[in-house]
Amino acid sequence: MLKLEKRPQPSQLWTYLTPLLAVIITMIAGSALFALLGKNPIEAVATIFWEPLFGEFSFYYRPQLLVKGAPLVLIAIGLSLGFRAGIWNIGAEGQYIIGAITGAAVGLAFYPAESWLIFPLMVLAGALGGLAWAMIPAFLQVRFGTNEILVSLMLVYVAEQLLASMSLGLLKNPEGFGFPGSRNFQQYASGHNAEIITGSGMHWGVVAALIAVIFAYILLNRHILGYHIRLTGQAPRAARFAGVRPNLLILFCLGTSGALAGLAGLFEVSGPAGQISIDFNVGYGFTAIIVAFLGRLHPVGIMLAGLLMALTYIGGEIAQSNLGLPAAAIQLFQGMLLFFLLAVDLLTNYRIRFVKAETA
Amino acid sequence: MTKTLLRISGLTKAYPGVIANSDVSFEITEGEVHALLGENGAGKSTLVKMIYGLVKPDSGTMTLRGAPFAPTEPRAARAAGVAMVFQHFSLFDALNVAENVALGMENPPPMRDLATRIRDVSEAYGLPLDPFRTVGDLSAGERQRVEIIRCLLQDPRLLIMDEPTSVLTPQEVEILFETLRKLTSEGVAILYISHKLEEIRALCDHATILRLGKNVGTCIPRDTSAREMAELMVGSAFEAPARAGRELGDVALDVTGLSLGSPGEFGTSLRNIHFTVKKGEILGIGGVAGNGQDELWGALSGELTTDNEAIRLMGQPIGNLGPTARRDRGLLTAPEERLGHAAAPEMSLTENALLTGAKRENLMNRGFLKWAATEEFAKRIIKTFDVRTPGPGTAARALSGGNLQKFVIGREVLQHPEVLVVNQPTWGVDAAAAASIRQALLDLAANGTAVICISQDLDELMEISDRFCALNEGRLSDIRPAQGLSVDEIGLMMGGAHGMEVAHVEA
Amino acid sequence: MDLSSINPVLLLASLMVAATPILIAALGELVVERSGVLNLGVEGMMITGAICGFAVAVETGSPFWGFVAAAAGGALLSLLFALLTQFALANQVASGLALTLFGLGLSSLLGQGYVGVKPPHTAKLDIPILGDIPFLGPVVFSHDLMVYFGLALVAAIWAMLKYTRIGLVLRAVGENHDAAHALGYKVVRVRVMAILFGGACAGLGGAYISLIRVPQWTEGMTAGAGWIALALVVFASWKAGRVMLGAYLFGGVTVLQLNLQAAGVSIPVEYLSMSPYLITILVLVIMSADRSRAPASLGRIFHATQ
Repeated sequence: MLKLEKRPQPSQLWTYLTPLLAVIITMIAGSALFALLGKNPIEAVATIFWEPLFGEFSFYYRPQLLVKGAPLVLIAIGLSLGFRAGIWNIGAEGQYIIGAITGAAVGLAFYPAESWLIFPLMVLAGALGGLAWAMIPAFLQVRFGTNEILVSLMLVYVAEQLLASMSLGLLKNPEGFGFPGSRNFQQYASGHNAEIITGSGMHWGVVAALIAVIFAYILLNRHILGYHIRLTGQAPRAARFAGVRPNLLILFCLGTSGALAGLAGLFEVSGPAGQISIDFNVGYGFTAIIVAFLGRLHPVGIMLAGLLMALTYIGGEIAQSNLGLPAAAIQLFQGMLLFFLLAVDLLTNYRIRFVKAETA
Repeated sequence: MTKTLLRISGLTKAYPGVIANSDVSFEITEGEVHALLGENGAGKSTLVKMIYGLVKPDSGTMTLRGAPFAPTEPRAARAAGVAMVFQHFSLFDALNVAENVALGMENPPPMRDLATRIRDVSEAYGLPLDPFRTVGDLSAGERQRVEIIRCLLQDPRLLIMDEPTSVLTPQEVEILFETLRKLTSEGVAILYISHKLEEIRALCDHATILRLGKNVGTCIPRDTSAREMAELMVGSAFEAPARAGRELGDVALDVTGLSLGSPGEFGTSLRNIHFTVKKGEILGIGGVAGNGQDELWGALSGELTTDNEAIRLMGQPIGNLGPTARRDRGLLTAPEERLGHAAAPEMSLTENALLTGAKRENLMNRGFLKWAATEEFAKRIIKTFDVRTPGPGTAARALSGGNLQKFVIGREVLQHPEVLVVNQPTWGVDAAAAASIRQALLDLAANGTAVICISQDLDELMEISDRFCALNEGRLSDIRPAQGLSVDEIGLMMGGAHGMEVAHVEA
Repeated sequence: MDLSSINPVLLLASLMVAATPILIAALGELVVERSGVLNLGVEGMMITGAICGFAVAVETGSPFWGFVAAAAGGALLSLLFALLTQFALANQVASGLALTLFGLGLSSLLGQGYVGVKPPHTAKLDIPILGDIPFLGPVVFSHDLMVYFGLALVAAIWAMLKYTRIGLVLRAVGENHDAAHALGYKVVRVRVMAILFGGACAGLGGAYISLIRVPQWTEGMTAGAGWIALALVVFASWKAGRVMLGAYLFGGVTVLQLNLQAAGVSIPVEYLSMSPYLITILVLVIMSADRSRAPASLGRIFHATQ
């Protein structure tokens, strides 16, 4: 019989090993899944994890890693702050959409004027849009004690409806022959989040993600606010005792994660996506939750996890076109990863011992 | 007629790193009150958990009335006639008395019949209870009654009581003892766990003393002095804390008309509390658990804010300031709960040193943390207060209760407070650590700090306080000099018997 | 705009249909939360139930077996959650989210071959006499069996919690798991059973959407119904009767906005479509004043030590 025994201290070793272990178990379980779907499991796993990095067309896929990874990391960094404090913003998808809408709206308002000021203004508007959207659950929680999980999630559905309304109405391209969707920023130099180095995949969103990682690292390890965030998550009563004001923390954590999600939305709409459209959002806000946990809520971990998750997106697409692997299988694969991670996390705080059957 | 009810031979139970019980043997005869005596951590709880079927022994056997007894779960123990009143109550706040009783029974009758039986039994033993009241609204003494009634309804042969008097006033203790004597006269055996020696001398027929998991002796308490038992229990005698005579200074903390609704659903509101503490003075605040101690500590620490004028520190109103601002002004506090409140369990001692020391010890610069200085501070606490730990990188939860408590109190003491408020400073702490904590409080007062010690341990309060008062239902009694107070007087300050009735003893 | 095209009888009748999936799912979650576990994976379990029920109903031609399969599918998925939270002692919030993400992926994979397929028709009960009562007949007495199952479940859970030993133990475990353990109750076992029950209920609710309410299969078709069910439990202060009230309120809002859309009200469709979510938030705000009723151990990890 297995018996759990709490470790006197969380294990340092397992803190680093569990994400790797989870990835390996997921690969094994994923292979089984692919085999069930009638695909060669080794080929499928290789396509997902090897092709984008070292395959024939890796010159194309490698930059994509940054393009897909940047929004994931940007959002996940914001979420991780709240998750550490026990504040659960799971509506990043909504904040991402709103950031894209407000940022794009500012850019489109200036069209066709050209000025270097326009893009910074869009960035600011995107961040503020996400911030404002996240402030709704934050304010309701602080003022009325409303559950932030449910409110932030409900607002995703509201944001999706707003997105539809915007791409069909207010922000619709007047020269778009009646098709839904806004003007394309790729054809508007002042509002375009272009690659900084052509062909590298490096756009301003990647820069922002890197800055966010550094910012979060310093905050959590070197600043009293980060200490208070960690304290609140681990021992809320001790945080009260230390003088932390929980309401301020809620506003800060939700606000920051909202702003970062909004930024991610803006960089996406003005760059890789190009325009506001009904199906603009592809679930980055939810995948970022997996990224945050996979990275152990640690800034550097999140960066690595974001790249890994981007890899599964890209590899998944390749597997989809080359092997006919359904897109849903990749989604399932990502979900499994989070499952296994949560399961093996046990090893950091508990020791598993084999003991003879005992009834106590 | 004395027949052996329970025989325990060679019980051993080890946990990783700790041997909780090692080869413990003793016997309990029918109709006796048998004391199990020992310090915190001596293995008393593990032993009774084995008897109650919550923990399975590694080796050793038990017999109940001559038959082998090895309960695999509490249900089996209850069926065999063993009942237990827990130290930390096993009650459900949101459920009513009858539901709580039903949960402790194997085949409870329908609620209506059960309610009647609760009324009958509680009257018969002098412990009146309304079966339909919500347990969360009851006082600590009443809650204990619920547990006792729950046991009595099953006609137990052996009743285990784990530290039953820690939540009672001296008058309530008398009532409880009457009830227990009535039970023994009916042939019920009682296993009575405590570390309060006078109580054991008054009540118990035999005593088994545990130290570090081993049975280190048995005695007949009536014929043994408290001092002898203490030496058996602790292994060596401790010096009573030295109190030097000291000069009292100006008033450091002045509380006037402090009233506060409790934030918790089942809490106690504070009503019009007045007191002052002078520099160099120790004010002891006693009272039975749940009479507003947590709320008073919260109001003083700044976790709960009040009317600004209600609390003055060195003449300045601070009632609406939070914990950080109060700390800046010299009012430091230590809460009752070590893990999770005074310290974050998963964080290292260094990180925990930062918890209250950040500003007073100058451990940050415009919000940026000085980890090196923080570690130095943690090391200083560890050294000054003899905290046994591998180092400042150890997680708080890895420390024993006594060591962590020394760290937590030491953290505040080293910050040179003007006023220090502690709540239950030695609760669940071994005797050596308790003695050194009390000494630290006395030393602090001798250096001119005003100390407020909220505690349910009357011996502790009598030992260190200059003046004593008690909380009762959120009100503070008169404040009297501690020296010369009798047990009866103290009991009355704590609210007397709270209107409880004495058992109708006929035996 | 033609508001007269809205038929009050049809409106009320479809209200009961619209309310049923969230009612059943919320009742399941109510039991789970009463045992002290917060399972945020309702959405994932509902959508899994929706596709399991749909697929099996299509393959067997029997909606009955569809619902059985939906309950089994939901329960099976919830078993994963139970393993994570009760045995691996994982954080319940994170595990619930994982369950939802996993369930969404799983359902769209399972549903690959079922897009555009029509499910077998679920018979409506034709209750003689009662069904012929004008107005009340069509509104209350001529629905499919699941509508009445939902109502019966309200009564059953209410009575279970209030009068039975199982209900008492369930509440005790949810209030104070340490005390329940000290008295010898199997906290983990009780919770696993509750989680499985919650999963089965969510599965049934999901299948109701794909088999009766819509009826067809599309990816992500539960569209937040699971989250609304979660909100309902909070709204209802963990009481079965009030869950029913809440479900009908939401059913009403949903049906009304659909009818308004159909009637061509001058409010854009998108704004009507977001109204159920906005109303959910509004209700949450109003109800959050009363927080005292939450089971005291809700969301806390239980590990029996020594």
